[in-house]
Amino acid sequence: METFANLLGVDPFSIWFFFEVLIGGLMAGVMYSLVALGFVLIFKASSVFNFAQGVMVLFAALNFVGFLEVFSDLPVVLQVALAFIVTMAVMILLALVVERVVLRPLVNQAHISLFMATIGIAIFLEGFGELIWGSNIKPLDIGIPDDVTFVGDAMIQDSDLFAAIVASILVVTLALFFHYTRIGRALRAVADDHQAALSIGIPLNHIWIIVWSVAGFVALVAGIMWGSKLGVQFSLSILALKALPVLILGGFTSIPGAIVGGLIIGAGEKLAEIFLVDAIQTYIYSGFPAAIEEWFAYILALGFLVFRPQGLFGEKIIERV
Amino acid sequence: MSVQATDLAGQAAVAQPLLQINNVEVIYDHVILVLKGVSLSVPEGGIVALLGANGAGKSTTLKSISNLLRAERGEVTKGTIELAGEKVQHLTANDLVKRGCVQVMEGRHCFEHLTVEENLMTGAYTRGNSSDVKADLELVYEYFPRLKERRKSQAGYTSGGEQQMCAIGRALMARPKLILLDEPSMGLAPQLVEQIFEIVKRLNEDEGVTFLLAEQNTNVALRYADYGYILENGRVVMDGAADALLSNEDVKEFYLGLSTEGRKNFREVKHYKRRKRWL
Repeated sequence: METFANLLGVDPFSIWFFFEVLIGGLMAGVMYSLVALGFVLIFKASSVFNFAQGVMVLFAALNFVGFLEVFSDLPVVLQVALAFIVTMAVMILLALVVERVVLRPLVNQAHISLFMATIGIAIFLEGFGELIWGSNIKPLDIGIPDDVTFVGDAMIQDSDLFAAIVASILVVTLALFFHYTRIGRALRAVADDHQAALSIGIPLNHIWIIVWSVAGFVALVAGIMWGSKLGVQFSLSILALKALPVLILGGFTSIPGAIVGGLIIGAGEKLAEIFLVDAIQTYIYSGFPAAIEEWFAYILALGFLVFRPQGLFGEKIIERV
Repeated sequence: MSVQATDLAGQAAVAQPLLQINNVEVIYDHVILVLKGVSLSVPEGGIVALLGANGAGKSTTLKSISNLLRAERGEVTKGTIELAGEKVQHLTANDLVKRGCVQVMEGRHCFEHLTVEENLMTGAYTRGNSSDVKADLELVYEYFPRLKERRKSQAGYTSGGEQQMCAIGRALMARPKLILLDEPSMGLAPQLVEQIFEIVKRLNEDEGVTFLLAEQNTNVALRYADYGYILENGRVVMDGAADALLSNEDVKEFYLGLSTEGRKNFREVKHYKRRKRWL
């Protein structure tokens, strides 16, 4: 039985090959983290599990590509900057509309009602995006480098590296925003206790708008990254499903958790695909199917649900004794 | 102090009170009638106690003023609430905080995962990024030195007393004229209760903060307040200057556990009730 590594013509026991798979996985994980980040933001501030986050990534990417075309006469830098700004404006508008039309009428309703409402938002956005921008797969090229770099014998995609850098900047910025600004502090306060936040005069409506806008911003960044990699297409919204195991691993309320969870899932599934399948096929059962990448993340998440339901970094429920 | 208390009550009738509630009715969920026409007034610079048993409507009264009712599907259906002569029942909680009326909720409700200092800072949210917030933080630490020691701890891991101090300090950070204090004594040791009330008194005298406090601990509340209202089943059944209430026979019997024959033996009371049930 030929193993995957043999097919590629590399030595499966080389440390460099392991390193390459690991790096590739981590970089893919960064992309999952970007999507998961949006979920965490909204979940923290409003305890709403926003099913539409994946579609928001798609919607942002669609708008971005669309506006790139609109501004195609301008020089590239200006074109990208303008498209980014206009798309961000659209995402903020979306946050305003969601707050007014969906969240406000559903205040104090059960969490499940709000969750259902976000499914509605997801379906609406998908249809609305298609209506305006059409349903073709669109290539997205904003000059993200697509060469490869070699570290020793390991090959690393430059675009992955770029995504990792962007994600790091984004996370550091968000962490600073949450910890050191008045609004950020208010967001965390709302996440802890709605009632108390109201009682000291924090207006929940504003907080919701802000947090949905920030989630829209994260979705835009994720959309540009994923879009450059895969083209802007409707299957982007399905990527959101990969964010679920990431969230379960990292904890729904933790921004570092979303990042580390993404890295673990990304690296884990790539490593499992190459090495675990190899091992099973060699030593246990040669007919073992190779497409472990598709479901590995979900099995990992299931294990976490059983043994550590709050995730790696989820906030423990503080109980005084 | 008693002279001053009666003075304040007397003034309230003449000068405009800081807070005036007229015949307020509150219904939860469109069906549950909780307040059945409550009227009370709080003079500027006073400490007014709202007394009564569980479910009498104390918390609901406070929430109808601070307008946290809507978040619990409650609604003021009748009556008026005036803050400094202005009708406020249609304002949001945010507007009310900006106008100087902050509620400290029952059960403290600190932000558990924020540090004590961050908790205090969120209290100043409505004031924007003004520079005197830092000075106010120091002022709060002056009143609650314990909070300064615990400033870097997550509020969820502090003791009940510290959390109550944190909640009051957080409200102070909004620079309120009126603090609605809901059950500050809940779950605290008697010594701590005294300590908290001492601070309330000092804030009232030195900083000129007006307090309306809901309390089950009638004895403590009346010793520190100027004036008291007793609620039963959503109605005010009695009101008067604090010392007058403290010496009232009915209040003594029903709320302070004293009667003319002195303290009743608990065993006898129980025995009497058991017999009565059989009759």
